[in-house]
Amino acid sequence: MASKFLLVAQREYLTRVRKRAFIILTLAVPLLLAGFGVFIAKIASSDNDTTDVVEVRDDSGLNVASHLVSTPQLRFETATGTLADAKKGFQKAKHDGLVYLPAGLDVEKPQGVQFFGKGNISLKKQLAVENALNKAFSELKMQKSGLSQDQLDRLRSKVDLQAISLDETGKEADSNALATSGTAYALALAIYLFIFIYGVQIMRGVGEEKSSRIMEVMLSSVKPFDLMMGKIVGIAAVGLTQFLMWGLLSFGVSSVLLPMVTKTDKPKTEVAASPAPDAPGAAATTADEPQSAGERFDKGVDSSTKNMDPGKRMNIFATLGNLPIGTILFGFIIYFLGGYLLYGALFGAVGAAVDDQTDTQQFMFPITMPLILSYIVGVSVILRNPDGPVAFWMSMIPFTSPIAMVIRLPFGVPMWQLALSIFLLILGFIGTVWVAARIYRVGVLMYGKKVTYKELGKWMFYKG
Amino acid sequence: MKPILEAIDVRKAYANHVALNGVSLAIPEGSIFGLLGPNGAGKTSLIRIITQITGADEGEIRFRGERLNPSHIAQIGYLPEERGLYKKMKVGEQLLYLAQLRGLSRSDATARIKHWLNRFEIKEWASKNVEDLSKGMQQKVQFIATVLHEPSLIILDEPFSGFDPINANLIKDEILELRKQGATIIFSTHRMESVEEMCDNIALINRSRKVLDGPVGVIRDQFKTNTYEVEGKGKLIVVHPDFEVVEQKERENGHFYARVQLHAGVRPNDLLRYLIGAVEVEAFREKIPSINEIFIRRVRETMPETLVEETV
Repeated sequence: MASKFLLVAQREYLTRVRKRAFIILTLAVPLLLAGFGVFIAKIASSDNDTTDVVEVRDDSGLNVASHLVSTPQLRFETATGTLADAKKGFQKAKHDGLVYLPAGLDVEKPQGVQFFGKGNISLKKQLAVENALNKAFSELKMQKSGLSQDQLDRLRSKVDLQAISLDETGKEADSNALATSGTAYALALAIYLFIFIYGVQIMRGVGEEKSSRIMEVMLSSVKPFDLMMGKIVGIAAVGLTQFLMWGLLSFGVSSVLLPMVTKTDKPKTEVAASPAPDAPGAAATTADEPQSAGERFDKGVDSSTKNMDPGKRMNIFATLGNLPIGTILFGFIIYFLGGYLLYGALFGAVGAAVDDQTDTQQFMFPITMPLILSYIVGVSVILRNPDGPVAFWMSMIPFTSPIAMVIRLPFGVPMWQLALSIFLLILGFIGTVWVAARIYRVGVLMYGKKVTYKELGKWMFYKG
Repeated sequence: MKPILEAIDVRKAYANHVALNGVSLAIPEGSIFGLLGPNGAGKTSLIRIITQITGADEGEIRFRGERLNPSHIAQIGYLPEERGLYKKMKVGEQLLYLAQLRGLSRSDATARIKHWLNRFEIKEWASKNVEDLSKGMQQKVQFIATVLHEPSLIILDEPFSGFDPINANLIKDEILELRKQGATIIFSTHRMESVEEMCDNIALINRSRKVLDGPVGVIRDQFKTNTYEVEGKGKLIVVHPDFEVVEQKERENGHFYARVQLHAGVRPNDLLRYLIGAVEVEAFREKIPSINEIFIRRVRETMPETLVEETV
């Protein structure tokens, strides 16, 4: 009966949404995330502001120092006095390091160059100094081979690679691996988290009904199937409400807080730190779940774009708009709901089968296994090779397709594969809901019995 | 009276045992019907079939002549032996929810909840969480939930367990009141003495079979053994071909208690006349067997048969 199903869903929804824990969590998480975001933005901007000063003590007689090019992040200064003096001197001057070029250095084979730093030297700093030294030595070598300074300047070039993806119809679109993978990653994480968090809630909800012994009263009024589906749908609504509130609130909070931290004269940090909504694509695809996934996604963008110029950084967000948004959004909703229903029913069945919450472990394992597996394989293998055989098969199997397929979506998926996968997913969730309903029906009234898999198998074939 | 509910040759088997083995019953409308039997006899299985929690393997249940179907849920109220409510829900909301699931409209349910809470003088509980109530209070709430939708058939499984004597009496009065208003009540219990005084009809179930049923008075008459209880003063020595002393107890000050069995065709007045000549009679009454005694006898009688069946 539809009205009873709705009543059950309504109760599941209202009792949860009105809980103090729900309200606190809904309000606190965006604040925490926004605070975290602001913190990251602050760090990132201060990171970009500081200039590392490295002193150079050049005993080589090759005049390497004059070829070391200073950048906004790294400045070279000539050290005075002996090596021992310089070692003390750079620390006193609060400089970040000292490069020592020993006497008799061979331009062709520069060995024995030392870099002293305060405490441990970060890899980033070391790389930057190495880079500068490499450039200096190549210039020296070229000079030695007889090229003039003028010729050298003309030899230097700066390439900025623009990747363009061609689809089957030959349409061009700016492709950016980072934007695509970021979107894929965010979508997969959203589905993974949602299934996990709210699937477990279904299981615990059923367990609570069982242990409070209200099941018999309920079942004399409502069909087990309605009771189970009402719970699954009601909890899904709770989850959607929470995710939506988180999205709206973090967007609201961060749009208030971020301008206060990041000054307007630094467009790059602003782009890097403000959440997805700045980019049209990300805003549309991660609307349900922008915080955790979105946040990481932002961090990803932030760290790897640090050394690009602002114009290129903007390009990433522009390319987000070039992703197949319609397909992604459609696919995301289908796989989000399908995956949740498929797993939610199984979690419900586990809750019904056991008496004691501690007994859930043995049945949880086979359920969580494909979920965790598809996530791990998804973000490693599939993300790197979204058209490979692993990607194909995992996006067909209903237990792994909700995560595997959404990872593939931003990279473009042939229509027939998408259709087949959705068809299989629908078959899959009808199957698990059927199985779960049978286990549920018998399990909810079964007390004081340690249930085995064999037992569960028998329950499938019990008559109404 | 026409039966409100009929069970016709109902069978139900679980994986490794038979819960009901061809049970037939007819429950007259407007009566209090006792479904009696020891633990594990099959009472709960039968009730779960009537409440449509499970289905029968064979046979059928008819509600007012119709085959039992989900539309009857609104007319049946059920208080299971395992009491339970949503712990984190407020009493008022919980009652409303359960009533709506039984097909009551929101406004009707609200009005009736108010009525019942007033009646039990527990109005102030409405906004309390169930987990904050004592066990007895929760039982009251659950009783209200059972009858709120004014079912014409009310099934109470061990209704008095968990109630203190005062509240048990309160519930008893409510049950009698409900019958007066025309409801039919099924009592299920293994404590036979607790409800036999209230029941109009009973059925005894043992080892998945019905072993006896009918109106309480008729059953008792059937099982009368023509035994009389005598109390008096003096020394009772019966040497008579018509009577036989089954049991005799000496009491203080020369008083005694005895049970005397009359042989076939002998009337109680014959015994009385004999006694008056022998002792000073203080009390004389027929020994009417309790349902419990009848049950035990009946079970003993049927035991060999069931034992035979089980070994085959």
